[in-house]
Parts: sequence; structure tokens; C-alpha cells
Amino acid sequence: MRARSAWAGVRRLGWCMADKVLFEFLHTEMVAELWAPHPDPGPGGQKRSLSILESIGFRVGQALGERLPQETLGFREELDVLKFLCKDLWVAVFHKQMDSLRTNHQGTYVLQDNSFPLLVPMASGLQYVEEAPKCSVSPAPVPGLHLRPSVRHPQYPRLPELGHHLCDIPACL
Amino acid sequence: MSRPAHRRPECHKINKDLLVLTYGALVAQLCEDHEKDEDVNKYLDKMGYGIGTRLVEDFLARSCVRRCHNYSEITHIIAEVAFKMYLGVTPSVTCNNSSKNAFSLILDKNPLSEFVEELPAGRSSLCYCNLLCGIIRGALEMVHLAADVTFLQDRLKGDRVTEIGITFLKQPKERKSQRRK
Repeated sequence: MRARSAWAGVRRLGWCMADKVLFEFLHTEMVAELWAPHPDPGPGGQKRSLSILESIGFRVGQALGERLPQETLGFREELDVLKFLCKDLWVAVFHKQMDSLRTNHQGTYVLQDNSFPLLVPMASGLQYVEEAPKCSVSPAPVPGLHLRPSVRHPQYPRLPELGHHLCDIPACL
Repeated sequence: MSRPAHRRPECHKINKDLLVLTYGALVAQLCEDHEKDEDVNKYLDKMGYGIGTRLVEDFLARSCVRRCHNYSEITHIIAEVAFKMYLGVTPSVTCNNSSKNAFSLILDKNPLSEFVEELPAGRSSLCYCNLLCGIIRGALEMVHLAADVTFLQDRLKGDRVTEIGITFLKQPKERKSQRRK
């Protein structure tokens, strides 16, 4: 199915819009609440906090995916799935497309968002550079396709760009 | 001429389902982490308070509401401007006492619980949308108004409507209103 038809399917859902600021504040509080107080202050505790955030994002993505009409999920190949994620779902959720999609055509994809809405409010200074990678509540909307966010550090000193790196995970539709 | 400083960019919208589902996932996670409903309610209220203390600044910047002279006006602003702006709904307002410091916001439809059919088993005391109470309380406190905000009725618990009670704890300073005359 071509991306334009998929987007038409998403719009047919009549997804309503809410105020972005409320979601941003909710997200910030969630990260602060679910990240901070863990009895294990070492890497084990941080890993658990990250997996909690990730599992919340996964749960949200699954629920979003369930609300899509079935015809929008009629993808012929894996690349169609990624294109749908980047062009249709990202627009429906964040009101912007993913900035770049790269692949090695061997099952590895890199999705890059240069101004991820949940990180932009922190991007004005350097004080949040250490904290930014914790903001990883990103939806994984296609059942069975799990996004593992990884952070690249660019050449110039500002907030790292959020990248989603998928390694050899087949889509199960 | 440069654009006025208070004017915000046009597109500040996000998918509503994302907000609602994220909130639901948060409540589910808190229920996993805490056995008692009171603890979950407390965390939701605390998080809401944190949101409210910051949200009020955004609200005042974007809504340009006039100064209010009594609690009734404040409650109407919360219902008709703030709720409309952030959640797209307008609860109705009722006054609950003759002192005119206790009001209710009546929600026929609560957007945050749109996808919730019923509370989980064993969670009868859970105030699913307690975040809203914290937001209102935090926002009011930032404008120097102390208030108790609680759920009086909840559709998820079988009530006909969802009712949020706001009880203002102090009288407004009459000197300010007299000065304006």
C-alpha cells in the first residue's frame, strides 16, 4: 500500500488533536517520576528505569497501532513499514515527518529526527545533554516491530540527535 | 515590524490519542509499582501538581485572561478557557455553598479516560484522573490561591458524571479589588 493511501486511512480515523504543551509536561513528569528513585543507583538501576520508560512507549505504540484501520497495515515489504512510520505515523503523532531514513538493505535501518518534539524544549542549552537520552518514550506503533533508540553525538556541541536504530528485527504483521 | 513577543507559533497540537494512551500507560505503570490505591492517587496528584505549576505560565501567556475578582470567575476561567484549551472539553460549573468558595466542575465526558471501560479489579479506590486535581491545585497555587481539589464523583466508579470539587481555602484580598475602583 502506498504511503498516501495509508495517511488517508489514518485521517479517516478522525484523530483529534490535543495541546502539545500538556503532553510535553506530562512526559517530563513521567520521566522524572519513573526514572529517579530507584534503590539501585548503579547501571543496573538505570537500565531498569530505561526499560520501564521503553515498555510504556511500547504499550502506547501498540495501542496506537491497534487503532489504525487494517488496510493501512497492508504492507508489501519491510521498507514500506518504515516509510509509513516516518511519513504517516510520525506526522499523525508529532505533526512532522522523520527527517531521514537510511538503510543498508540488509535489515538495518536508521531513522533520524533532527528536532524530536520531546527533546526540543531542552535543546537551548547544554545542561540537559546528560539527561536527554532518558527521554526515550517513543511509540513503536507496528506490532512486533520494536524501536531501540540510540543516541548519536554530532560534530558540534548541542543536543544529540535522536536516532532509531533497528537491527535485523523482522516485522510481524 | 517584528512579530509581537507573546505570539506563539501556529501549530502547537499533538495527537490526542497519544496523550490519552500515554496517560493510561502511566497509570498502569503506577498500579504495577504501588499496591495501594492511595499511593497511586498520591503520585498522580503530585505529578499533576508539578505540571500545574508550569502549565499556568503557558496558560496565562496564551489566553490573556483578565484579572478575576472572585472565586466564581476563576472557576469559570478554569472550565471555559483552560479545559477547553488543553483538553478540548468545557465542564459546567456549579457553586456548592453560600460562602461561594466551593465549586464543582462537571464533566459529561472525560477525555483522559476515553479508552477506559472500568477500573481494574481490586482498584475501586483509584482516582484514575487524579492528575487533573493536581494540575488545578498546582496552577492555583502559583497564582497565590490555595485550594483543595478532589474528585467528588467519577463515572469510572459508576457515577452518572465526573465531578471535580474545588474548595478555595482563603478569601481573596479585598484591598486589591477596592484599589481598582
